[in-house]
Amino acid sequence: MSRVWNAVPDFFKQSDLRMVGGLLLLVYVVYALVNGFFAIVNNAGAVNAVVNSLASITFLMAVYAMMALALNLHWGYTGLFNIGIAGFMAVGVYASAILVAPPSGSPPGLGLPVPVAIVGGVLIAAIIGGIAALPALQLEADYLAIVTVGFSEIIRLTLQASHFAGTVQNPSASGYNVVSIFGVEFGTGGGQGITTISNSPMEFLFEGESGPTVLGQAVYPAADAIGIPEPVVLDLAYAFFLLLVVVSLYYVLLLRIGNSPFGRVLKAIREDDLVARSLGKDTRGFKIKVFMVGCGLMGLGGILWQGSFGFVNPNTFRPILTFYIFTALIVGGAGSNTGSVVGGAVFAAFLFEGPKLAARLIDAVAQLLFGGLPAPNNFYAAVVTLNPIAWLGYLVENVASLKFVFLGAVIVYLMQNRSDGLLGDRKEIASSVDLSQRPERPSAAADGGEPSDTAPSQGGEGS
Amino acid sequence: MSGDGQPADAEPAATAGPAEANIPDDADVDVEDIDPEAADSSVEEDAKTVPAGLPLRVQNLRKQFGGITAVDGASFEVEEGSLTGLIGPNGAGKSTTFNCITGVHQADGGTVLFQGEDITGRKPHEIANRGLVRTFQIARELEAMTVLENLMLAPRGQVGERMLHSILPGLRGDVVAQETELRDRVWETLEFFEIDHLAEEYAGNLSGGQRKLLELARALMVEPDMLLLDEPFAGVNPSLEEKLLDRIHDLREQGYTFLLVEHDMDLIMENCEHVIVMHQGKVLAEGSAEDIRNNDQVIDAYLGDEI
Repeated sequence: MSRVWNAVPDFFKQSDLRMVGGLLLLVYVVYALVNGFFAIVNNAGAVNAVVNSLASITFLMAVYAMMALALNLHWGYTGLFNIGIAGFMAVGVYASAILVAPPSGSPPGLGLPVPVAIVGGVLIAAIIGGIAALPALQLEADYLAIVTVGFSEIIRLTLQASHFAGTVQNPSASGYNVVSIFGVEFGTGGGQGITTISNSPMEFLFEGESGPTVLGQAVYPAADAIGIPEPVVLDLAYAFFLLLVVVSLYYVLLLRIGNSPFGRVLKAIREDDLVARSLGKDTRGFKIKVFMVGCGLMGLGGILWQGSFGFVNPNTFRPILTFYIFTALIVGGAGSNTGSVVGGAVFAAFLFEGPKLAARLIDAVAQLLFGGLPAPNNFYAAVVTLNPIAWLGYLVENVASLKFVFLGAVIVYLMQNRSDGLLGDRKEIASSVDLSQRPERPSAAADGGEPSDTAPSQGGEGS
Repeated sequence: MSGDGQPADAEPAATAGPAEANIPDDADVDVEDIDPEAADSSVEEDAKTVPAGLPLRVQNLRKQFGGITAVDGASFEVEEGSLTGLIGPNGAGKSTTFNCITGVHQADGGTVLFQGEDITGRKPHEIANRGLVRTFQIARELEAMTVLENLMLAPRGQVGERMLHSILPGLRGDVVAQETELRDRVWETLEFFEIDHLAEEYAGNLSGGQRKLLELARALMVEPDMLLLDEPFAGVNPSLEEKLLDRIHDLREQGYTFLLVEHDMDLIMENCEHVIVMHQGKVLAEGSAEDIRNNDQVIDAYLGDEI
C-alpha cells in the first residue's frame, strides 16, 4: 500500500482537492480506456460507450461520497453506530415521493411541488431519525446498532406492506388500503413500489414546455454530432451536478460542523461520553441533534440517488445498502471528511464496479485473442474442462456474484493492514481556528519561534 | 427526590449517632426530604443564613449497590478556598461519594449542596456547569484528540456549540472570535502546567503522569469554583507529583477550592489543612492533619481493626 502511495506524484499530495481530482482523473482514464476498448472490439459506438460509462461511474462515486459523508457525521465523528442508513434513505425517498404524487394517482399523494417535496422529505427523515434516536441513544454502541438496523427493517417492511399501499381506492372494497391522516390520503405503493419525484432531474434545464431550451438547443446537436444521445447528456449533467455541487455542499457543511466547538463535543462523545458530561456538555442533546441532521442528510442522499430513477420499491432499501455505505466510509477512513469522499469514490469505482470492469477487459482481450471466452453453465462444468480459459470464462460470466467475495476479501485485508482506512489517520482538528498558533508572548520570545524553544525543563516529565 | 419515603433513612443516623457529632443536622435533612417543594425553599433559606464559606456540603449521603452499602450516611463540608483531603482505606466509599456528588451515581439518600443549592440527583453536566468539576481516578483523556483539542473542549458557554452558529456564514464569525480568545487561554494553561511542548500531540500518546496534568488543566478550563480530584497522584512519579502539588497550591492561592481523594496518607497530611477520614461508608473523623494523626480510630481503621 505504501509503495503505491509513494509512486503517486507529489503534485497530487499537496492538497485534498488535488488528491480527489487526481483520483477522479485516474478513474476516468481507466474507465474510458476499458470501455472504449470493449466498445471497439464489439463494434459499438466508442464515444457513446465511454461517455455513458463516465456518467454512470460519476453518479455512483457521487452518491457513495454523499452517503459516506453523512455517515461520517454519525460514525466517524460521534461514534454512533447507525446501521439503519437504508431505512432513513427510504424515509426520504418515500416521503418526497408521496408529497409530490398527485392526489388522483395510484397511490394517491399530496400533489406538492418538487422543491417542497424535497425539503419535506429531508425534514421527515430527520424527524423519523429523531424519533428513533430518543430511545436508542440511551443505549450503548452495540445496542444502538441493533436498534437502528431493526428500525430500518421495520421501515422497509412497513413500506412493503399492502395495508398502506393506497392501490385499492374504493372505500367499500375489501382490500381498501389508502392511508388517511387528518383527511389527507396517501399510500406507499406497497410491494409494487412508487413513482419518485423525478426520472430525469436535469431535464428541466435542457427541455422546456415547447421543445429544447437555449441550453438544450446548444448542447443536443453538439452531443449528437459525436454520437451521444440525449438521455446520456442528461445523465452526465446530473452526475456532475451531484459530484460538483451536492458533494461539495455536503463536504463544506460537514467540515463546518466538524471544525467547530460543536464538532469538538461530538469527538469527545465518541472518545468518552462521561468525560464530556463531566465537563458540562449535555451529550444527549448533542447526540439527538447530530442524529437528526445525519438522518436528514441520508434522506436527502436517498432522494437524490434512488429518487432520481423515476421509480423505486422497498427492496432497494435492504440492509446490504447500509453495509455498502459503511464499506465506503471504512475504506476512506472514518473521521475524515476528505477520507469519506475518497472512500466513496474508491468504493464505487474499484470495489463496487471494478470487478465488472475487469471482467469487461478480460472479455474484450479474449475476443481479440481467440474470438471469445467459453461460458460453462455451472461451476462443475467449468472445473471438469480442465481448461484455464474456461475457468476464466466462468469467472467473467459470474462476476456479479463473485464481486461480493472480492469485497469481503478487501475488507478483511483493510481491517488487518490499514484499519484506519486510506485517510483515517489524518489529523482533522476540531476547531474553527488554527489551534497550533501560539499567542505572542514577549517573555518567551526566543529568537527562533520554535514552539519547543519555550518548553520548560524536560526532566520532570513522567514516564 | 431519591430520598423520599425511605423510612430506613433515620436508622443509620441513629446507629451512627454516638460516634458522630452531627445528629441534629441529619435529623433536619430527613425532615426536609419528605416534601421536596418545602425542602427547596428551606434550602434556599439555609443558603442565606449559612456563611458563604462552605461551597460544598454533603449531608447524610447514602448509596447502595445491591446488598452492599458503599456510602452509609456520610456528612461533611468543604471550606471555601481550602485544600481538603478525603482519605480512607480501600472500599471506604470515597470514590462512590465523589460519583454521587458529581451526578455519575444517583444517591439513595441524603443531600448534596453546592453554593447553597441542592444538586442532589442532578445530571453530571448540570453540576459541572454550576462550577463543580471533577477529574477521574484513572485519567480519562480523549485519546484521539490532541492536547489542544482536549483543553478547547472544556470552556463553558461556547457559542460554537450551537450547531447553527458553527454552520451559518454570518454567525460563524462569532465562533471564530471566541475560539481565538479561548486558544490564548488554552496556551496559557498549557504553559502553567508545563505541557505546552505536548500541545499538538494526541492525548493517547501521553505518559500516565502527563495525562494527570492534562486532566487537571482541562478541568481548570471549565473555570470552576471548586475541583474534585479523584486520586490525582495515583501512578505519578515523585518529581511529577511535586509539580502537580505545586500547581494545586498555586491554584488554591488564586482562590480555587479543592477536595482531594487520596490513598496516600502522608501526602494528605503534609498538604491539606483539613482532612476527612472515611471508613465503611461513614465519616470516621474530621479535623486538621494533627488531629487526624493522633486519632486512635483512624489509626485502627488503617491498621484494619474492626471498629
